[in-house]
Amino acid sequence: MLNLLWLVPVLPFFSFLILALFGKKFPIKASAVLGAGSIGLSALLTLIIGIGFISNPPENFRFVQTFWTWFNVAGLNPSISFYLDPLSIVFIFVITFVGFLIHLYSIEFMYEEEGFSRFFAYMNLFVGSMLTLVLADNLLLLYLGWEGVGLCSFLLIGFWYKDPANGAAAQKAFIVTRIGDTAMAIGLFLLVANLGTLNINEILTKAPAVWPQSSGMATAAALLLLGGALGKSAQLPLQTWLPDAMAGPSPVSALIHAATMVTAGVYLIARTNALFILAPQVQMLIAIIGAATLLVAGFSALAQHDIKRVLAYSTISQIGYMFLALGVGAFSAAIFHFMIHAFFKALLFLAAGAVILSLHHEHNIFKMGGIKNKMPLIYWTFLIGSASLASLPLITAGFYSKDMILWFAWSSPKGSAWLWAAGLFGAFITAIYTFRLIFITFFGTQKTEIGHTPGKLIKVPLVILAVLSLIGGFIELPGTLGNLPLFSGFVEKVLPSAPVHGENILQEGIFQAIAAITALLGFYIAYLLYLRRTPSEGKNLLQKFFYSGWGFDWLYERIFVRPIIFLAKINKNDFIDLIYTGIAAGIGLFHGLLIKTQTGKLRWYAMGIAAGAVITLTIIVFL
Amino acid sequence: MILAWLIIILMLGGILAWITGRINPLFARWISLVSIFIDSIIVIKIWIDYKQQINLTASPSWFIEINSKWVPQFGINFHLALDGLSLILVALTVFLGLLSVLISWKEINERVGFFHFNLLWILAGIIGVFTASDLFLFYFFWEVMLIPMYFLIGIWGHENRIYASYKFFIFTQASGLLMLLAILGLYFIHGSQTGIYTFEYMQLLGTKINPSTAFFLMLGFLIAFVVKLPAVPFHSWLPDAHTEAPTAGSVILAGLLLKTGAYGILRFVIPFFPDASKDFQTVAFILGAAGILYGAMLAFAQTDLKRLVAYSSVSHMGFVLLGAFSFNQLSLQGTVIQLVAHGISTGALFILAGMLQERIHTRDINVMGGLWSKVPFMGGMGLLFALASLGLPGLVNFIAEFLILSGAYQANIVLTGIAALGLIASTIYSLRIVQKVFYGSPVKEWPIPDLNAREILIMGALTVVVVWLGLFPQHVLDISKSSVKKILNSIGKTEVLDNNHNKLEEITLGK
Repeated sequence: MLNLLWLVPVLPFFSFLILALFGKKFPIKASAVLGAGSIGLSALLTLIIGIGFISNPPENFRFVQTFWTWFNVAGLNPSISFYLDPLSIVFIFVITFVGFLIHLYSIEFMYEEEGFSRFFAYMNLFVGSMLTLVLADNLLLLYLGWEGVGLCSFLLIGFWYKDPANGAAAQKAFIVTRIGDTAMAIGLFLLVANLGTLNINEILTKAPAVWPQSSGMATAAALLLLGGALGKSAQLPLQTWLPDAMAGPSPVSALIHAATMVTAGVYLIARTNALFILAPQVQMLIAIIGAATLLVAGFSALAQHDIKRVLAYSTISQIGYMFLALGVGAFSAAIFHFMIHAFFKALLFLAAGAVILSLHHEHNIFKMGGIKNKMPLIYWTFLIGSASLASLPLITAGFYSKDMILWFAWSSPKGSAWLWAAGLFGAFITAIYTFRLIFITFFGTQKTEIGHTPGKLIKVPLVILAVLSLIGGFIELPGTLGNLPLFSGFVEKVLPSAPVHGENILQEGIFQAIAAITALLGFYIAYLLYLRRTPSEGKNLLQKFFYSGWGFDWLYERIFVRPIIFLAKINKNDFIDLIYTGIAAGIGLFHGLLIKTQTGKLRWYAMGIAAGAVITLTIIVFL
Repeated sequence: MILAWLIIILMLGGILAWITGRINPLFARWISLVSIFIDSIIVIKIWIDYKQQINLTASPSWFIEINSKWVPQFGINFHLALDGLSLILVALTVFLGLLSVLISWKEINERVGFFHFNLLWILAGIIGVFTASDLFLFYFFWEVMLIPMYFLIGIWGHENRIYASYKFFIFTQASGLLMLLAILGLYFIHGSQTGIYTFEYMQLLGTKINPSTAFFLMLGFLIAFVVKLPAVPFHSWLPDAHTEAPTAGSVILAGLLLKTGAYGILRFVIPFFPDASKDFQTVAFILGAAGILYGAMLAFAQTDLKRLVAYSSVSHMGFVLLGAFSFNQLSLQGTVIQLVAHGISTGALFILAGMLQERIHTRDINVMGGLWSKVPFMGGMGLLFALASLGLPGLVNFIAEFLILSGAYQANIVLTGIAALGLIASTIYSLRIVQKVFYGSPVKEWPIPDLNAREILIMGALTVVVVWLGLFPQHVLDISKSSVKKILNSIGKTEVLDNNHNKLEEITLGK
């Protein structure tokens, strides 16, 4: 069974190739069947492989499938091979299943768009690259997937390429993430130079043997890899590209900018956990960055007008939680939140897309309103997704995953009261902005007429994801509520197990109660602010500050973008060339002067000869 | 003898094309195509033979050679010799040579015979440069490729061609003369030491030179080669020459002529002057990193598509300088790959620029835009080669940059870190090509056709190579390995790590 693994990423690549080469000539239906069908097959295979893996696990819960050696130079021989373990199983499950639902949805969503087959080609390429990323057994192949998903993100953000604004957003996404990628690449050079390998397992076993705990090299390696993770996962200070990435079609936001690609950084850190454990300072930095990001992005989400930008900032904020979990050493909690987040955030983006499509491509929530009874299914699924995001207690999956992170932020030896408080305050903000979104979008008076009504292909994925957003949490119940650590038990076969779990039931119960009350309190505040009162766009200085995402774009524009463009512009003609043209001009000038002496008048020549002779004689005589 | 044939076929083909081209231009085109094709077959034959002997132990210093006396009084021999490095570059030469004839099929309509004569003679000169094992012969071929290229730019170029061709000629000639002085210096030093006056590469190789003389002789060679490469600050002939040349000229300039500079560094500078080269390492790194970033910045500022691509060459060639002077196997192998990768990807971008210019008669990217909807195939190709240029994994350029930077890191961490910023810079200018040319809304309604069959053949061939070598670079790495070891031996680095653990090579797919 496991030998079919290679088909999982190859199927999407294959249908990408077909669509890219011949898609123009295909009827829309054929492109749809090929584009979504290939992902469906991959999902099916994943299911078969997953069942096979769990029922009959391979040795050490690790399975490697090697195809060929990519290259072999000076003992460095990364191969093209896939690596399956509980961690990658969770990721390929989410990628193929959520991916398939989003592909189904896209068939209807993109039906009338120009470039239908191009869209599916890019989406398939994305899924293939993302699968390669999480299945790679060495960091170089992982880097291939890493850059591949970045490319697809670029292509899909700029899918509607005729609008230059979309192109700019796409370029921004690629360039900002490439800054992180470059740090990561340097990290790879460091690993090659010091460990002589890029194979992940070899790195994880060699590093602790070669580098002492918190040594400079280990810290540098962890920091450089972290750079890549920050870019891809849109964490401070490289978060600015994600809100703009919303220029892409909604299914793209759901798949790439919520469920899968943006969590690649979380995957990378979890995958190379031994390096980070060797560098506790870096791990602390991750926790701090996570906490700071979740707050910064949470406040920004509070002030947005565009429905998708609210969700984008919310994504940044939720990934902040995952980083917080990674930072305090709760790797399984981070991965659990990744999975649950993929369910409810994909749901929210897809539902938001349905709203946008129905309201004639209106993005501004202040021009929506009053549609809750007009489109009940969209409303209810959106509500379920929101409840999960705001982690309403007990009934939503988001409660279980976020609560797990909050608990570890407090109880882990690497955690602290400050990190916990930041996470808790973030949860409060999350509940407020989530219900602000619900109240403004769906309640109140209707401002825009409904055009398109969503059909089956849009509704079915929404319902499935809504169910998952509710029940997904029950596979990992905390010590206080049944103590069923199925999920963490599975992934901790290969991840370091989270510290203290299931002990000190009373304390855990109190903290859960606090978290639950906080979420409900947030809901109540949102009710007071946005349902009892008529909401307004808000124009005061603080709101503008949050609206701009804390002015990061403003700052980067001034300290990076403009100076570089200025320098490039003034030097367009290459000042070095001036040196050579200067030499040429000097010779030309000299030539012009000498030409003047060529008069054709004999007496001038005679005088010249005489003067020359006199000067020469003088020199000879006196020297 | 087979090596001599490679050159003779091209030279004879060139003369024949010139003569018959007066009767019918098609004769000239077909004769050129056929003569390069014959060369290609010979090269493929050599390649296959070479692959078979790789695993044999004790490989001789040259794989094939031909040696006959030319001017025995001065110790000048007609000595052509080929090893893995030469083979790869000769293969690149015939490949790009074929494409150059194909892209000129419709573009060149004046003095077609003479055009093809020049084209073939340039190729002959380049193959000569890559195979000459006698320094006098090397210099001879260095000149052979220069003069026809001067004509190519000056006669069939664009608006500002005369200026560009002069500039190209003066830069190359002036720096070439320095090399001639250095060759003569080496010749006389070796002669006075041993009593044997010879230009033979292998004999000159072990010449003992005192350090300060060695430094100046090295500079003589090096300046000729870095002008050709080009490295900042000697690059300023390149944007003019590349921009003004006809498409085939740009392809040959970027794809092949620049490589002669890199080849010279690898073949002559480092083996002849190992100690001087080691002393020069930091300077070379600074020049390389500066070239990468400065070239990228200039590329970003350009509005002329060909000029943009030209400056991107400056940036890419910075990696070559970095790789060559890292003195380890990773980087040197990467450098060889980079030569191929840059030849293919930049060649492809110049070809695309040429195709666009044929269609819309401008190279100004500000008046392009929104072309994707009109010419999706061309757009896809533009995207692919822009991605190659920014080093996307899966394409061959990535392998090159990764190997070079990995090796360079082991030589100098700080300067490698700075050079790695080039990965960001190349992203910025490469995406700008895609954005400005193919994305956005159309500035003008160009009624233009997409790629025709001949153009699909050209771009298809380039695509296959760039993807294939991106996934299976070992084909080239195997060929260059022994040459790289020779270079490392010459600077006293013998501890070449070999395939210690090949356990991953076993294929578990069918289990």
